[in-house]
Parts: sequence; C-alpha cells; structure tokens
Amino acid sequence: MVLGVVAPAIVMILAVLLIVLALVYFLVSTILQLRTITAELDDVIDGVSEIVTKSAPVNGVVTTINSQLDAGVDLLEGLLVKKAGLTDAMGLIDGMYPGAAANGLRNFPQSTRVRPPRIGEVYTRGTLNLARLGREAPIAAASHEGPVLRNVAGGSSAARGLYPGGRPVGPRNLPRSPAIGSGAPVQYEEREDIGAPRKQLPPRGD
Amino acid sequence: MTLWWIGDIVLLFVIFPVVVILLRNVLDATKSIVPEVQSISRVAAAGSRDLDAAALLLTTQQQVQQTVAGLANYGGSLDVILDDAERE
Repeated sequence: MVLGVVAPAIVMILAVLLIVLALVYFLVSTILQLRTITAELDDVIDGVSEIVTKSAPVNGVVTTINSQLDAGVDLLEGLLVKKAGLTDAMGLIDGMYPGAAANGLRNFPQSTRVRPPRIGEVYTRGTLNLARLGREAPIAAASHEGPVLRNVAGGSSAARGLYPGGRPVGPRNLPRSPAIGSGAPVQYEEREDIGAPRKQLPPRGD
Repeated sequence: MTLWWIGDIVLLFVIFPVVVILLRNVLDATKSIVPEVQSISRVAAAGSRDLDAAALLLTTQQQVQQTVAGLANYGGSLDVILDDAERE
C-alpha cells in the first residue's frame, strides 16, 4: 500500500527533476550564447563609433569642396560664354565631349536650345590641338578613344626616346668653311656674264 | 491515485517535451544570432578601415581651393587678354 502511494510521487519527482534539468541545460546554453552576442555587439559598437567619428567631418568638407567646384564651374562657364559666345562655346564643348552640349550649361539654361556648330567649321586645327593639349579631350583624334597629345607623365622620356643611344654631340672635326675674297687660296676667274641680265631666248617658232 | 498517475504521465509526456521543444527553439534562435552579429562586427571594422582615407578629404579641400584660386587668376588674365565675343 505504501509503495503504491510512494511510486507516483517518485515518478512525479523524477519528472519535475527532468524538467528542471532541461531548463537548466537550455537556459545556461542560452545565457552563454547571449554573452557571446553581447561581446560581439560591443565590437560592433566600437566599429560603428569609429565610423561615426571618422565620417563626422565628411559632410562639411564635401559641401565646401562642392561649393568651391561650383564656383570654378561658374567661372569657367561664364568666361567661355563671354569670350567665345554661347553658340561657339557649345560647339567647343560638344567637340571636346561629344554629346555634352545636349546637357547645356548650368548657368545658361538657354544653352540647351543652341544647336552646337561642328567645331571643325569654327576653329582651325591648331586651335583644336591646343584645346586637346589643355583639356586632354579626344577632340580631333583619330577616334574618341585615341590618346591625348600631351603625355603628362612621360613627356621628357618621350623626347629622350628620339635618341636611344644618347643625345649625339657634334662631330669633332668639321670641314672648315671655304675662304673667299682676294686672299682666298683658290681664285676664280671673273666672268662678265655673271650677274648680267639673262639673254632673251628667241620666241618658239610655230 | 489514478489522478496522480495521470498527472505523472501528463508531466512526463506532455509538459516535459513541450518545455524541451520551446527551450531548444530559443537556444537555436540564439545560436543563429551569433554568426550574424560576428559578420556585422567584421563589416563595421571594415567600414571603419575604409574611412581611414576620409582625413585626406582635408587635403583635397585645400587642393581644390588652390586650384580654383589659380583658375580664377587664370580666368582673370584671359579675361583681360582675349576680346569678348560679339553679341549674338
């Protein structure tokens, strides 16, 4: 009788014990994982804090750079239009950057309505080459992808390439210039026909 | 007595599995967070390293300022040298 009463109690105690053990195992494992997550999140916070610190002045600096570049663009556009006129300016821009004239000038909204002239009809080839030298644009090149005329990086080395064996010096013994005049070692006879008017040839007979 | 046994059975075959399943799901979800947080940490560190060059923007700003100043001088000289275009 006692065993019959005790048996379900023991089973219940074992069941509760099992549940408690399961709770302990899983909760401890979860706690360990959460501690790992906390440590990783600390690293994340450090990294994000560095990002925030490093990127804090970027906005102001970029805004300043943009304003300065805007001033430069305004200056260049104004100068170009003032000196070349709006139509030729658009032609020059379209010659340097094909298709760029369609976008127009920022400070000249009417520039989008200008039909840019072909640059070769407005400026000479020398002017185009000067423009290429200045802007390194593919204008007047064989193709738009062609190299620029100015070799900024290797300009001096390109000149040296003309003399692979070193720059030549003049020959040591040049032939002397001939001595002329009354004291010359070689005297030529004087001819009266030299310097005289050339004889008229008779007209060609029919 | 019978109710006690029924309670034991419910405890062993219903409550215990439910508790285990719930806790296991919580543990699995927690374990899945760890690699994600680690990857976020790596990305944040890489992003921070990428911003090391942001200090060079100050140099860029100075150079842009000098360039625009030189451009203004150059433009001013050109404005004096070249004639204006005729009015269209």
